[in-house]
Amino acid sequence: MKAAVIVFPGSNCDTDCAHALSDIMKMRVEFVWHKESTLPDVDLVVLPGGFSYGDYLRTGAIARFSPVMQAVAKHADDGRPLIGICNGFQVLLEAGLLPGAMLRNRSISFVCKHVWVRVEDTDTVFTRKIDKGATLSIPIAHGEGNYTCDDDTFNRLQDESRIVFRYASKNGETDDQHNPNGSRDHIAGIINEKRNVLGMMPHPERASETILSSPDGRGIWESLL
Amino acid sequence: MYKATINVTLKKSVLDPQGKTVLHALGTLGFEEAKDIRVGKFFEVTLDAASPEKAESRIRDMCDRLLTNPVIEDYSFDLKKS
Amino acid sequence: MTMTALPKKITPEMIASHGITTEEYQKICDILGREPNFTELGIFSVMWSEHCSYKNSKLVLKLFPTEGPHLLVKAGEENAGIVDIGDGLAICFKIESHNHPSAIEPFQGAATGVGGILRDIFTMGARPVLLMNSLRFGLLDNAQSRRLVSGVVQGIGHYGNCIGVPTIGGEVAFHESYEGNPLVNAMALGIVKTTDIVKGKAAGVGNPVYYVGAATGRDGLGGAAFASKELSEESTADRPAVQVGDPFLEKLLMEACLELIHTDALVGMQDMGAAGLTCSTCETAARGNTGIEIDIAKVPRRETGMTSYEVMLSESQERMLIIAQKGKEKTIDDIFEKWDLHAVKIGHVAEGSGMLVKDGDQVVADIPAKALVDEGPIYKREKEKPAYLREAQQLDLKSIAEPADYGKVLKQLLAHPTIASKQWVWEQYDHMVRTDTVFYPGHDAALIRVKGTKKGIAVSTDCNGLYCYLDPHEGGKIAVAEAARNVACTGAVPLAITNCLNFGNPMKPDVFWQFYEAVTGMVAACKALDTPVTGGNVSLYNENPAGAIFPTPTVGMVGLLDDIEKRVPSFFQRDGDLIFLAGDTFNEIGGSHYLMAVHGLQRGLPPRLNLESAVALQKFLIESAALGITASCHDTAEGGLAVALAECCFNPASFMGARVDSLDLLRPSASSNETLREDALFFGESQSRVVLSVRPKSKEGIIRVAQKHGVPIYPLGTVGGTRLVIDDKIDVEVPEIADIFNNVIRKKMEQ
Repeated sequence: MKAAVIVFPGSNCDTDCAHALSDIMKMRVEFVWHKESTLPDVDLVVLPGGFSYGDYLRTGAIARFSPVMQAVAKHADDGRPLIGICNGFQVLLEAGLLPGAMLRNRSISFVCKHVWVRVEDTDTVFTRKIDKGATLSIPIAHGEGNYTCDDDTFNRLQDESRIVFRYASKNGETDDQHNPNGSRDHIAGIINEKRNVLGMMPHPERASETILSSPDGRGIWESLL
Repeated sequence: MYKATINVTLKKSVLDPQGKTVLHALGTLGFEEAKDIRVGKFFEVTLDAASPEKAESRIRDMCDRLLTNPVIEDYSFDLKKS
Repeated sequence: MTMTALPKKITPEMIASHGITTEEYQKICDILGREPNFTELGIFSVMWSEHCSYKNSKLVLKLFPTEGPHLLVKAGEENAGIVDIGDGLAICFKIESHNHPSAIEPFQGAATGVGGILRDIFTMGARPVLLMNSLRFGLLDNAQSRRLVSGVVQGIGHYGNCIGVPTIGGEVAFHESYEGNPLVNAMALGIVKTTDIVKGKAAGVGNPVYYVGAATGRDGLGGAAFASKELSEESTADRPAVQVGDPFLEKLLMEACLELIHTDALVGMQDMGAAGLTCSTCETAARGNTGIEIDIAKVPRRETGMTSYEVMLSESQERMLIIAQKGKEKTIDDIFEKWDLHAVKIGHVAEGSGMLVKDGDQVVADIPAKALVDEGPIYKREKEKPAYLREAQQLDLKSIAEPADYGKVLKQLLAHPTIASKQWVWEQYDHMVRTDTVFYPGHDAALIRVKGTKKGIAVSTDCNGLYCYLDPHEGGKIAVAEAARNVACTGAVPLAITNCLNFGNPMKPDVFWQFYEAVTGMVAACKALDTPVTGGNVSLYNENPAGAIFPTPTVGMVGLLDDIEKRVPSFFQRDGDLIFLAGDTFNEIGGSHYLMAVHGLQRGLPPRLNLESAVALQKFLIESAALGITASCHDTAEGGLAVALAECCFNPASFMGARVDSLDLLRPSASSNETLREDALFFGESQSRVVLSVRPKSKEGIIRVAQKHGVPIYPLGTVGGTRLVIDDKIDVEVPEIADIFNNVIRKKMEQ
């Protein structure tokens, strides 16, 4: 399994993703600088978290115009797996590879903590080895993770089983108290129509080893293998 | 040269967490007459264009492509010769 | 401060407004052999300010031990000290204040404080891996304090989160003495291969000098001088002196600089912090025993019409000075172009020892570099024991009624924001990025792993301002010892400290006495614990209209854990484990949180710290952790034993209960001629104590190790259930007290 981690100016989870994928999951990982116009021959592309372009203007808004994004879009179009984590998710939204948009957190504060996410759908390359309805302890760290979309989009996401993760309690109940940012219907991660492009706010690369409080994020990487 | 002043706001249908928080803060400071707040963005763009029509169409392009996210934001602008 | 042309003639008013005395001015004239021009006057004023020259504090700072077998770079030699940790790696760390800017503009003041301390680390070639903060504010009931807290926390988060260095806690305390003059001390730690250490010196005549990073504006003009004044009502009018930070730009600058160290193009590197271009040019030249020549006409600028004075004194953020190898210019250009940053050749290393500054063809300053760096004035300030101490140190224990309801007092203490969980604060910081954070905030010390090795690095920042107010010498000792104890609780060996000495106006003899006493206390503890000082900073003139702040010598202690698998958490781990208290308890409620919060008294002598006991306890903690017999270990601090036991129950993974039923064993351990007061037993703050838990099978083991080191150890009870029961005096539901502890700051901030 070969993976490319895209590095935008301001990415700061790029080395974390590479560590999880290569040191823990034993994938072959290459960093790809945003100014590249082609991707190496890889199975998986990761848009990591961070503050691409300082998150100036809007989160992810400038990164989507980076030269490498055309190749990333092509990779997605070819049906190959692409995951955007946190800022990477925001880039996918701005680039139109996933529907909807991000607003400031309901609390208007940045929030970093472990949350529980419920696995809503396992018919994806990212979750096929996880039990449906399982709850995973995975950290979040963002100021804008308040996912929003219009009703039509939401209904489509719902009808097409494209909501992959929801914030929940440890026991899997969804309610306001366990929604850390106010996102619509507790959405933590969604997938595209072709089911190969996943965007999620929680950071599975921060939950891939027991020493880091939770290994629950590994299921996502294992599903890809 | 032209100068465009662009106002970007969240769409009416989109909840504005920043606006809500600022409204609450104003309330605690005694500004109870403030009933609603929408927080937006403001841009000043100085641009070169052959005609006002050209300038207007370029500004629209800028807004649609980069300055705003049409999923959640609306914009309006004012164009002046400078 | 905007000027179109510089004054031709230096008047006595100008000299005075630059904070330069008549004697100092004469010295400047002697050094130059002529009168300085206006730009030179400005250069001297910032380099000879307290902030850059330590002129009032230097003689006292010399008392700190700075030698140690692991020190690769010692205090004062470079931007930050460096300590060898084996495996070809070293750590580089420093704490620095940004108090005055944060008082004026909390968000940017705190943000740029973080930016500045990070530059100190990557300037040395080290990759920053951890940030901590030691913060002091007025009480949260005051709206002004809440505004400062909220701004400072957001500012720290803004910078650290964006740049991608985890902020793993530190400490936050609240007291009215900090009202209007908050303390914002930011600490950073980086890791560097011992072969990659970069020095901040100029060498090789003819080598080019580069300016890299952000363009220069008028922001932060005279910041070093600003930090060397007391805050007053008019300070808000000084607002333009506050810099604005751009963490995105610094992220790029950091990556570019760390890429540069792996090339053969780099000779030296120095960040532009306080006193900006002035400080970086004269310091690199002075360290390299060489001259330096720059042309400020080449300096990238954000504003038009800037004078040479303004360019030299600007404190615009995110800028560095680089001394490159002649002939390798292309390497520099390529790297900075990749990161879309300015890299402009502004001069070269020159013969001699002068700092020659030109603006095009015109010479605007010509000063011997060493005169600015090493020949600044040094003052021996008067010290006098403050009058308040005679009264404040008095405490008649008989007049203090013991509480009727101990459970109520425990809740009251847990609800005090200084003791309560700082979760509201650290949830706004990305404390996990880089995936090295093993102990999250809330533990006694932050603990990170070092990828590629088995090692861990533990860091704690500590200081109890009230202790230092009541007895600066003992308070200074305790600050060091407590920080070391927190680090040792994790199993790590304390290696060295950095400190940030926050005091009032040094011209006041009683303030200077506090400073001197606190430092000598710290010196004693550093020597006993074998933790030399690797650097830090001094922040004087911390006063508000009501007077000086509590003397607050913040300590940042760094320790090394050889095997991260042997780490010891602060919380109880499993039902059935046995609870012990190590260390003796005395009738010490003077200066305690209990006395302050419950009896409204800030008086008495703070607890005594016996250095031999501190050393013995530390050895015991390290050995028992290495043997793998300690399940949890938590230091007793503010709030004493009862609060420590409660905190041990607040395991974030799942609350634990505890039943403590053998306190009787402690009662006779008070000094023989008096009985131990119950409130001192529950809430007193006797030093060198920790609460431990072990598996039942390790009972004998832990006692044996304690006895080996001469540490008194007392079995207290057992972990289990959902309640915290202490003797017949406290019986509370853990979730209930945890809710108080975890949410009080949030509630106060959201009021």
